Amino acid sequence: MTQVVENKETAAQDLITCTIDDIEIQVPKDTLIIRAAEKLGTYIPRFCDHPALAPVAACRMCLVEIEGMPKPQPSCAVTLSEGMKVRTQLTSEIAKGAQEGVMEFLLINHPLDCPVCDKGGECPLQNQAMSDGRPDSRFEIEKRTFDKPVELSTEILLDRERCVECARCTRFSEEIAGDKFIEFLERGTKQQIGIAEDEPFNSYFSGNTVQICPVGALTSSAYRFRSRPFDLVSAQTTCEHCAAGCNLRTDYRRETVMRRLAWEDKNVNEDWNCDKGRFAFAYLKDKRVTRARVMGQAALLPDAVEYAAQELTKHKGKVGVLTGGRLTLEDAWSYSKFTRVALKTNNVDFRNRPHSQEEAEFLAHSVAGGIITATYKEIESAPSVLLVNFEPEEESPIVFLRLRKAVANKKTKVFAITHLETKGLTKLGSKNILVRPGDETKLVRDALAQWSNNTNNLIEKLHSQISKPGSIIFVGERAAVIPGLLSALVELSTATGAKLSWIPRRAGERGAVEVGLLPNLLPGGRVTTDEESVAEIAAIWGVDVKDLPHTRGLCAEEIIDAAISGEIKALVLAGLEIKDYPQPAKLLAALEKVEFILSLSINESDLTQKADVVLPVAAVTEKAGTFVNWEGRPRPFGKAMTQNKSLSDSRIISMLADAMGHDFGPLTTSDIRQDLSALGVTARNQGKAPKYQAGLIPSLGDNQMLLSTFNQLIDDGALQAGEPHLAGTRRETVAKINAAAAEKLQIKNGETLTVTTSTGSITLPVEICQVADSVIWLPTNSAPSSVRQILNAHDGSVVMVSKGLNA
Amino acid sequence: MAELPPALSGFATTFKSMFRKVTTEQYPEEKVPTQPRFHGRHQLNRYPDGLEKCIGCELCAWACPADAILVEGAENTEEERFSPGERYGQVYQINYLRCIGCGLCIEACPTRALTMTNEYELADDDRGKLIYEKQDLLGPLLTGMVAPPHSMVEGTTDTDYYQGKVTKATPEQFEEAEEQRQAGV
Repeated sequence: MTQVVENKETAAQDLITCTIDDIEIQVPKDTLIIRAAEKLGTYIPRFCDHPALAPVAACRMCLVEIEGMPKPQPSCAVTLSEGMKVRTQLTSEIAKGAQEGVMEFLLINHPLDCPVCDKGGECPLQNQAMSDGRPDSRFEIEKRTFDKPVELSTEILLDRERCVECARCTRFSEEIAGDKFIEFLERGTKQQIGIAEDEPFNSYFSGNTVQICPVGALTSSAYRFRSRPFDLVSAQTTCEHCAAGCNLRTDYRRETVMRRLAWEDKNVNEDWNCDKGRFAFAYLKDKRVTRARVMGQAALLPDAVEYAAQELTKHKGKVGVLTGGRLTLEDAWSYSKFTRVALKTNNVDFRNRPHSQEEAEFLAHSVAGGIITATYKEIESAPSVLLVNFEPEEESPIVFLRLRKAVANKKTKVFAITHLETKGLTKLGSKNILVRPGDETKLVRDALAQWSNNTNNLIEKLHSQISKPGSIIFVGERAAVIPGLLSALVELSTATGAKLSWIPRRAGERGAVEVGLLPNLLPGGRVTTDEESVAEIAAIWGVDVKDLPHTRGLCAEEIIDAAISGEIKALVLAGLEIKDYPQPAKLLAALEKVEFILSLSINESDLTQKADVVLPVAAVTEKAGTFVNWEGRPRPFGKAMTQNKSLSDSRIISMLADAMGHDFGPLTTSDIRQDLSALGVTARNQGKAPKYQAGLIPSLGDNQMLLSTFNQLIDDGALQAGEPHLAGTRRETVAKINAAAAEKLQIKNGETLTVTTSTGSITLPVEICQVADSVIWLPTNSAPSSVRQILNAHDGSVVMVSKGLNA
Repeated sequence: MAELPPALSGFATTFKSMFRKVTTEQYPEEKVPTQPRFHGRHQLNRYPDGLEKCIGCELCAWACPADAILVEGAENTEEERFSPGERYGQVYQINYLRCIGCGLCIEACPTRALTMTNEYELADDDRGKLIYEKQDLLGPLLTGMVAPPHSMVEGTTDTDYYQGKVTKATPEQFEEAEEQRQAGV
């Protein structure tokens, strides 16, 4: 763990002079001794100290001698003052003796099970016992023992014997994650970490405690006993799960990923990541597509490519390309080029979720073209942040951590326009304006028109706060289905000067926008209908401008409709899940109807079973690439498993294009990055701001309610498959309604209710909490609540709600 | 004495040798025992009740200068216990094409699970056969031992095993193994 002394530009008068080990040093005021010593290259042993956590001086390992103080002092908690003379273990026998004494105490009850301990080989206690401890032990009595391991959650295991009570895990949970699930219990020698009896450590960030535990007291079920540190090859990667763009360390052994850790990046994820990013990687190994297939028969890759190329040539111009939100920037670029140049169409859409024309225009105007609106750092200094249809903890957990940090610093106020109060919003101390799905537009517009006369105090407060310079508006992907909302937010952003940032849920979405995997967009924020823009792109792609389509293509929903009506004859699918689509049944119908389906996929799915040609592609650890995170910040990563021979989507597309008579070159990562750098951005090419009006909310009959739904962080997503320990920490699957609705339904907390639409029904236990009137919330993809598959519904859909099992 | 002509002196040496003790070993017809501490094939030892001593810690693999050992650990469960304590070696391979017989692995082993026998016949015409798996390396089941998986002797801990307090398998362990065998049939 490396620590960095904040390199703030400090005025000379804020610097103080002191000596450490007879070396004079100038440091900013309030610098901790341990940090200043690091600056000098002196490593003072420590366990509890962590640069991102508040000092606690719990382990006493970092004792140093300070002139004028009667006893050694913990250097992790004492700040330097003018003229202070500090002696560390290097020059002071007292400090050295004190540290050795503390180490001896720590080891009295620490079991000698290093050979079976997951931390063995990378353990600060092991290392510092060697470097700063006594050569031998004077204790020969029996050690204290506890039963082990204790399951804090299905994912996190506790070995109490090994714990040195440094409180890193409890401080992380309280200070950083805001999940006070674990705490010290008992006193004296019995002191131990524990959880409340019926409340497991189901935090979305629990994996971080395993990483920062300086001994092997906290271990993860998934990695338990799977390998030793010296087996592992580490590679720096970018997390593929959400749009946060976390820097990760991927450790693999014999071409199998063993574990993933957060890798520090001060600009993005700091020292942390979420449990999904840490533990959900079994999909890299399970149910992989290993061979090319043609009509269900294994085929050689060149033969399959040749066949696919023939079929696609046959249907040129009548092909739809659906790519999903998980592609790297480079692969997305290849799809974009392939669609326009080889397939001669703009019928391409990455949005495999409820979407709208308005969203496409919004993306063209406010997102595409490498626009960096807000950044993680700016969250910390923002006076206020407005969250619109965006639940940060569930939909972008690292944004949540930054927001929480900002709120804890007492600098930032969080407001939310939301359908319900959630745990995440509560932890942010958010001031929530509860609205029904569909009412958000009206609220934003009304408030915009006459802030001051508004009767709602909260809205007035929101207005005064959001107008302060540096404020940020975050809008989630769910805003797409609320007519006029994105338009209204663009207006609000223009009127107040607040930055408007779009935070999608998936890692590849922002990149897909940048390279134009949309029917109305070309790479670099250029719109498809602008002659000059098309010409610029034609020049970069080295094709004649006449060969590129000049019209707006069909969006995903239109492509599916056109496939059903027979206008689209062939589909190219990349890494999709049927159940992600707003109406999976329609997609299935389209798959039945079209004449040819090409699927490029990492894993086998119900979709690859339906494809005529299936081509295997490399997963993130098997290729180099880039994810663009929600900030618009490129997060490049190299090929983690250097021995792997899998081909990326780009390389396969290059073969396909070649077979169709277009020479794209080999489309290696470096080739594409060169093309991307040539792209540039011109503001002229920006799309126009969307101007849409609010929709009408249908009047609700008896037992009818409006649906609100979003994906929980840990749910039934395809990339989380095969990880039962992680799945065990998911939040419970409940329907949420408010007290008024509960009274109307005569239902109590914990009783079941049934939500029905024309296509099916879902029965769930109910939780009564703060939800907007006549709104029911369901998790989108947490069995048995598969909202899109069963209900064919999204935010704002009208559903029937009844008590008990079925209506 | 006058010197023999050179041709005859050569024959004399041959003649004398005919009466010396023969050092040639008639291998493989006659196998001569090695020195007791000869570094031969490895053996994975068992506790007296049959449980394996190996805890899958991989220290042998780490110590090996020839990278001849591959170990993968796994967790013992209530249903399937192979060693006392939490962890056992699920995969254990020694590649005798690589092993140089230095014995550093033996020194590294924290539980005396790995020792070396005097068996030296480590040659084959198939490279694959020279990678010894766990079942090839495990010591034989001696009297009083029950083949794992089975539970530990009741009321004992892994420390008791380590300290030699378990001396043979109990009737319960035999019964358990018998039950499992019948369930398997």
